[in-house]
Amino acid sequence: MALSSLQAVPDDVPREAAPSSVDLRSEFEAVDIASILAQLDKELIGLVPVKTRIREIASLLLVERIRRKMSLASTYPTLHMSFTGNPGTGKTTVALRTAGILHRLGFVRRGHVINVTRDDLVGQYIGHTAPKTKEILKKAMGGVLFIDEAYYLYRPENERDYGQEAIEILLQVMESQREDLVVILAGYSDRMERFFGSNPGFRSRIAHHIDFPDYTDAELLSIAEMMLAEQNYQFSSDARDAFIRYIALRKGQPLFSNARSIRNALDRIRLRQANRLVCDLDRILTSDELTSIEAGDVLASRVFSKGSDTSARRS
Amino acid sequence: MRITQGCFSFLPDLTGDQIRSQVQYCLDKGWAVNIEFTDDPHPRNTYWEMWGLPMFDLHDAAGIMRELAECRRVYGDRYIRISGFDSSHGWESVRISFIVNRPAYEGGFRLDRQEAVGRNIRYSTRAYAAERPEGERYQS
Repeated sequence: MALSSLQAVPDDVPREAAPSSVDLRSEFEAVDIASILAQLDKELIGLVPVKTRIREIASLLLVERIRRKMSLASTYPTLHMSFTGNPGTGKTTVALRTAGILHRLGFVRRGHVINVTRDDLVGQYIGHTAPKTKEILKKAMGGVLFIDEAYYLYRPENERDYGQEAIEILLQVMESQREDLVVILAGYSDRMERFFGSNPGFRSRIAHHIDFPDYTDAELLSIAEMMLAEQNYQFSSDARDAFIRYIALRKGQPLFSNARSIRNALDRIRLRQANRLVCDLDRILTSDELTSIEAGDVLASRVFSKGSDTSARRS
Repeated sequence: MRITQGCFSFLPDLTGDQIRSQVQYCLDKGWAVNIEFTDDPHPRNTYWEMWGLPMFDLHDAAGIMRELAECRRVYGDRYIRISGFDSSHGWESVRISFIVNRPAYEGGFRLDRQEAVGRNIRYSTRAYAAERPEGERYQS
């Protein structure tokens, strides 16, 4: 083979000299995280501490990025996070946004999110766990691995549980491939606390612990109105008042899961609205009638009739 | 004798970064990437052993580079190749395949000539390495 006739490619291309000063604004605009943060503000109601924290992390990473450009940064920052909070407080949504921010700033290469739970990581028999966990980790490389209800990984009551094996592989990759993968753990606050207590390795490898507060009644109402607006519906003023009462009652009942309960309630309200319209077939419908939700649609909920009775939990 | 099978085999061996970009190219095309190894260098040996399963649904080359490093650690004295399988309709076949690891010394092939009837000559090639049992072929 005429290998010698091929041009040799120089191995050491002269590197650009590190700049000694950087225009912060142009750097900020270049990565365009402002639009993601604005979207976060607009689409997520409430969650002020979470937004503040995400903003802080974004600023830190922006500065870190500039430091790297000026060859001032020494180590790769640890970005693994833990999101704790009650169900329906927006943990998954924020995880998706965080992946977007990390991607824009160049701290993850692809910006996709792999959403897993215990079942996806832990196997059913000896020797099943390691390949399964590694498979998921490979899929998540270059993006974000979101482990929902992470505390189920560790089952202290069963000492032969395979979850421990998955935890060890996770910890190893979280440490050795920090630049390839960001892990976000999520779950209820108290159980996550116990989980970290029994797995101190996890706590120390996670840089950002973010707590998601519950929504207030007013926030839940604006969430409901936003969800309705997205689907081209709106409350009549009576229905709005009824829904405010609905929120207050529903919150006192068991299995309340914040925004998720609101979404389910709205789905059922739409059902009742459609049923009400179909009941009277001999008329001409206007678009106002199709989009407006009346008090009756809300008040027909079992939440009102049964009060705090447990049988009303799915209403 | 240097084995030339698959893509890039007439070029100098690919560096880690070059392998990574080729793998990323395969992933961006949506191909499933496989790692295979063998110690029988005969060109008609199409059945290389697989390192793990084909890797579907990956987004980033880092996962494959990790597996490759692991495979090299165990079978560093053999040939290792990476192939990209395109499952889309009409292709359903391997679209790219390139060698990423070679034994330190490649012994080459012996050419056997057999005189057959009517002054015919039959040729066959045999890898010197294949004379030793599998698994010991490239151990020094």
